[in-house]
Amino acid sequence: MIRAIFIIASVMLATAAQGSEGYAIPLQHVSVDLSDKAALYRGALTFQAQCATCHTAKYMRYGRVASDLHLSDDQAKALLPPKLKLGDEMVNFMPADYAKQVFGVEPPDLSLVARVRGADWLYTYLTSFYTDPTKRWGVNNAVFPDVNMPDVFAAEQGVQQPVYADVKMPDGSTEKRLSGLKPPVIPGSLPPEEFNSMVKDLVSYMVYMSEPAKMQRMDYGPYVLGFILFFTILMFLLKKEYWRDIKQPES
Amino acid sequence: MIKELGKWVDDRLPVSHFWNAHLAKYYVPKNFNFWYYFGSILLAVFAIQIVTGIWLAMNYKPSAAEAFNSVEYIMRDVNWGWLIRYMHSTGASFFFIAVYLHMFRGLMYGSYKKPRELIWIFGVLILLTLMAEAFMGYLLPWGQMSFWGAQVIISLFGSIPYIGPDLALWIRGDYVVSDVTLNRFFALHVIALPLVLLFLIGGHIMALHEVGSNNPDGVEIKTNKDEHGKPQDGIPFHPYYTVKDLFGLSVFLFLFAAVIFYWPDGGGKFLEAPNFIPADPLKTPEHIAPVWYFAPHYAILRAIPDKFLGVMAMGSAILILFFLPWLDRNAVKSIRYRSLAFKVVLFSFIVAFLGLGYLGTQPVTYWNTLFSRIFAFIYFGFFVALFLVSKFETTKPVPERVK
Repeated sequence: MIRAIFIIASVMLATAAQGSEGYAIPLQHVSVDLSDKAALYRGALTFQAQCATCHTAKYMRYGRVASDLHLSDDQAKALLPPKLKLGDEMVNFMPADYAKQVFGVEPPDLSLVARVRGADWLYTYLTSFYTDPTKRWGVNNAVFPDVNMPDVFAAEQGVQQPVYADVKMPDGSTEKRLSGLKPPVIPGSLPPEEFNSMVKDLVSYMVYMSEPAKMQRMDYGPYVLGFILFFTILMFLLKKEYWRDIKQPES
Repeated sequence: MIKELGKWVDDRLPVSHFWNAHLAKYYVPKNFNFWYYFGSILLAVFAIQIVTGIWLAMNYKPSAAEAFNSVEYIMRDVNWGWLIRYMHSTGASFFFIAVYLHMFRGLMYGSYKKPRELIWIFGVLILLTLMAEAFMGYLLPWGQMSFWGAQVIISLFGSIPYIGPDLALWIRGDYVVSDVTLNRFFALHVIALPLVLLFLIGGHIMALHEVGSNNPDGVEIKTNKDEHGKPQDGIPFHPYYTVKDLFGLSVFLFLFAAVIFYWPDGGGKFLEAPNFIPADPLKTPEHIAPVWYFAPHYAILRAIPDKFLGVMAMGSAILILFFLPWLDRNAVKSIRYRSLAFKVVLFSFIVAFLGLGYLGTQPVTYWNTLFSRIFAFIYFGFFVALFLVSKFETTKPVPERVK
């Protein structure tokens, strides 16, 4: 039996082991709490104000956000762009070819981005833009080099400064590589803690948006597991009762 | 009244005969341990996959334009769609976990040996069909990994000399994985292969019930019968093992539900992050890895420098299992009465299999390739070593009766 558990455990461990990728700065951990509906609503407002002009979230409906976050009618209306209804999906009105002309690429749909990249990556990405005059928008990103997106939070955060280090290449030459970020020269309109908390709310909302069912499964989980546990105990006792007359060999 | 109706039916259909032959008077060794739960668990998982699959098919759209959208529609707008989808996706992984443990049980206790060779062969056929079923099902969400995984695996057929390119074209129905491929994989995934599986499982169980179950002692219970002709170490499957298996199944369901409700991604192994990006034929992902249950075979493929030879090695890794009943030349079934040499050989095989499983999901590096080669060597070496060890090992005396 112990051997059995050991083998199953090693299978699980082998499947759970994963490698990490090398970024110029380490990913910052952000803990997402989907039960904090107020934070999710703040995140939704930020998303509508800062992201939704260029990006779609086409698998998400406004009404779903309103009911999942228990929003009042006024709160829900604050999310709605003009001419759209609660039942509509979160599309936008920027024509694809125009977007391509401005950004060089079509801004990706963001419904599922949190499932693709993970909350930590999103948080680090949104907080790690830095000034780089060689780029189209004058900024670059520490975890997504050469990204075509402008720094939408430049006003709130200010624009961070890069720190470069000399890296020895295999052929003996040295190259300048990004090694860290410095605070902005001109501070942003929000103090750093407030800015970070705003981005955290936004990321939490995006995690919710990538899988609205997560709220439901977290709610139902304890009841389902509780029932199965009760059923298991019942089956254990039933088995014991039936097997009373069988002489059990050592196993 | 009900009794009369029962008799009426029984005169026309062998209901009670079936009940007795396979449950109430089907005798099973009384000393089954933990490892004997997985047969009934697998039947239950098969049923779960069929039922959830039917409900998914009610809302899924097998077209390149709509497939990805329809899966998100199921996840968001269909009532309980997320639950059905997670049951199906988690079910796929748990199917393989249970299959691999079930097969390991067979290896440990020599359940493939005379007179159970056909049960084992049916089992390997089930494994092969299940792999095809899982592979085709994996294309259906039409994410990046679905698309590129299918592209890589189908292109492997293209490496077969002479017929390869035409064969790959015939499988895809197009020059790249496309709408045509998706549509035919859907047909095969929901109708053809489940039917094949159903027949194979039927054969597996019929063959099992013809000869009876092996057990952890490897003793044939049919050789010790009492005056009524009942095996002395056997007990009727029903009610003894129905209640015991219900207990095993509920423990399994607890773990299954825990994953569905709290860990449906399985740490990126049951549902992979890149598969939440819609399939894009123009953009190859940086790192294409197979789902975890194919990883051991994929690692063997990559361990061989030549593509065609790699494909051959990968195929042989499964096909060689068919010959196991004849490669093991020792009459002693259970690991309990076999030599230390056998235990070492089997243990190395398991380590190699798990090692390959890990390496198959990792990017290619010098060390990964080196270890893949070592483990692949051990994997195939197992069958050679078993062939030799089983002939010359000194075994312990097998008891007359179940201990």
